[in-house]
Amino acid sequence: MDYQTIRTTCPFCGCGCQMWLVRLDGELIQTIPDKCAPMNEGKLCIKGLNAHEFVQSPERLTQPLIRKKGRLEEASWEEALSLVASRLSAIRDQYGGDSMAFLSSARATNEENYLFQKLCRAAFRTNNVDHCARL
Amino acid sequence: MTNSIPEIEDADCIFVIGSNTTEAHPLIAHRIFKALDKGAKLIVVDPRKTQLAELSHIHARLHFGTDVAFLNGLMYEILENKWHNEPFIAKRTEDFEPFKAAVQNYSPAKASAICGIPSDVMHEIAALYATSKTSTILYTLGITEHTHGVDNVKSLANLALLTGHIGRPSTGVNPLRGQNNVQGACDMGALPNVYPGYQVVSNPGVRSKFERAWGAELSPEVGITIPEMMDGLIEGSVKGMFIFGENSVESDPNTDHVIRALESAEFLVVQDIFLTETAKLAHVVLPGACWAEVEGTFTNTERKVQPVRKAVEPPGQARPNWQIFCDLGGRLGLDLAYCSAEELFDEMAELTPSFTGITYDRLESMELQWPCLSLDHPGTPFLHKDRFSRGKGLFHAIEYRPSEELPDEKYPFVLTTGRRYAHYHTRTMTGRCPSLEREFPGPMAQVHVKDAQKLGLKDGGLLKVTSRRGEVVVPVTLGDVVPEGAIFMDFHFHEANPNRLLGTFLDPVSKTADYKVCAVKLEKG
Repeated sequence: MDYQTIRTTCPFCGCGCQMWLVRLDGELIQTIPDKCAPMNEGKLCIKGLNAHEFVQSPERLTQPLIRKKGRLEEASWEEALSLVASRLSAIRDQYGGDSMAFLSSARATNEENYLFQKLCRAAFRTNNVDHCARL
Repeated sequence: MTNSIPEIEDADCIFVIGSNTTEAHPLIAHRIFKALDKGAKLIVVDPRKTQLAELSHIHARLHFGTDVAFLNGLMYEILENKWHNEPFIAKRTEDFEPFKAAVQNYSPAKASAICGIPSDVMHEIAALYATSKTSTILYTLGITEHTHGVDNVKSLANLALLTGHIGRPSTGVNPLRGQNNVQGACDMGALPNVYPGYQVVSNPGVRSKFERAWGAELSPEVGITIPEMMDGLIEGSVKGMFIFGENSVESDPNTDHVIRALESAEFLVVQDIFLTETAKLAHVVLPGACWAEVEGTFTNTERKVQPVRKAVEPPGQARPNWQIFCDLGGRLGLDLAYCSAEELFDEMAELTPSFTGITYDRLESMELQWPCLSLDHPGTPFLHKDRFSRGKGLFHAIEYRPSEELPDEKYPFVLTTGRRYAHYHTRTMTGRCPSLEREFPGPMAQVHVKDAQKLGLKDGGLLKVTSRRGEVVVPVTLGDVVPEGAIFMDFHFHEANPNRLLGTFLDPVSKTADYKVCAVKLEKG
């Protein structure tokens, strides 16, 4: 039996509560509030307490999808990424980088947001990058 | 937030405006409860009788969208009674006179006629906020999601400057941010006008620093915002779009307009963890890893950078988002050969002065809030201690502007939207948590019991809500949470999403849409 607890930060609102994800034999089974965190002092709201549940949902995307004849069909990473790269660079080369628009994510980590805006700005020479802070 | 969350419990006066804190930020509400136990006074300004309003000492039920008139009226009272902080104004602020002149137009009688709060209640709130030793302002999207959202925020800043309730513990102007890393996404430069750390793209010195670091030529032009992207897709100036971790179809206002925009894209890529309504429109969908499957950091609403740790492997072929970007960058001619999230963080921190002192090592043993300027800097629990970022605090003269779409004969009700305690945004995540679905299985609007009687509605009955954009049928609960003449709807459920009803009425500066005031017609469904 492999039982582990991993301390992390809640993925929902902006409070930033600290929590422990409980993993048993590779599966998340529970979320426990962190008692030492000054933010949440051993408490979590109903969303935080159930945060682990969506991670292992059978509806998770597990493979890239490509639209073929109007339908999204499973594809390999190689096929998906080379299609994305070729179509995006074709748009950039034909119409200029400002004809692209990028939405980053308030769900994702700082590191992922940093890299995404760097990719947009450096590869497309545009500042058309935004996220839902405006909503 | 200018200040930190734990400080709330030591405030003498807590001024909550446009925030349903117990449902949207439960663990901040917990701090407010602790403050009440310690004797704090609570003012809640909200058209709805929220749970927090029930616990408040004063609940000011202003008319929807009249915040500026209310706040100017409040500041008129503060000046009239000489409760303002003259030494603070003289030493720390500028442009006080034009601000004062503007406020003179909002006598309590006039402000009251607009916002509906009796002048004696405004007097009482003004006295309590201004004369308490420490007063803190907490606000959320009830302030910002208006066509005058920027004016609302500036008015709150005026209020704090006028009374000197800023730059000390348990004071300040504190937006409670709604998402785990919306603070971080802003800090990281996922905005059209700034690089990481709010370094502006149009500044040549800043730009050349990033050009050298990234080995690429960068654009000096400020980019476009989300609503402009959607318009650009329809008009044809935007051809391609890459949406990373955002369900625009269900979260943006005016749903039909957004769908039309995304369908106009020559090429649309969506990277997400579920097949959202937005992903269903994509040409290519890329499966990302979720928060429990990656290393990294989030920055909370009080600017605290906190670790995110990998607990399980991503499902199937899903990959950490940053690895997908590295791979794609390579195919687009960039060298993005990063080995770890930490390497990315270190590169960002080197380019971002407010993060210079933050490292993964330090985060293992201490809590750090930016700005954190060096490796021995303790971080900054509250901002503006001795000086403001720009030097002196700037007063703004703000005039009240009515909301864009007010009720009329044809659409006589005000629709306002918000969250429920058990769900989060478009339910991409919470809709897949069985415990939360059991707790709160479907949409439920709120109308006043007297309006329900006139409409012949019963508790739990169906209501048809129609605006100039569309119609939605939703079950209702009756009560007095919303005032007469209004309806509240949550935006969590696809089958009754009020965003279909909203127009795209934007704040002229922030380009934030009005989600709080929309004219609708109600009929038995």
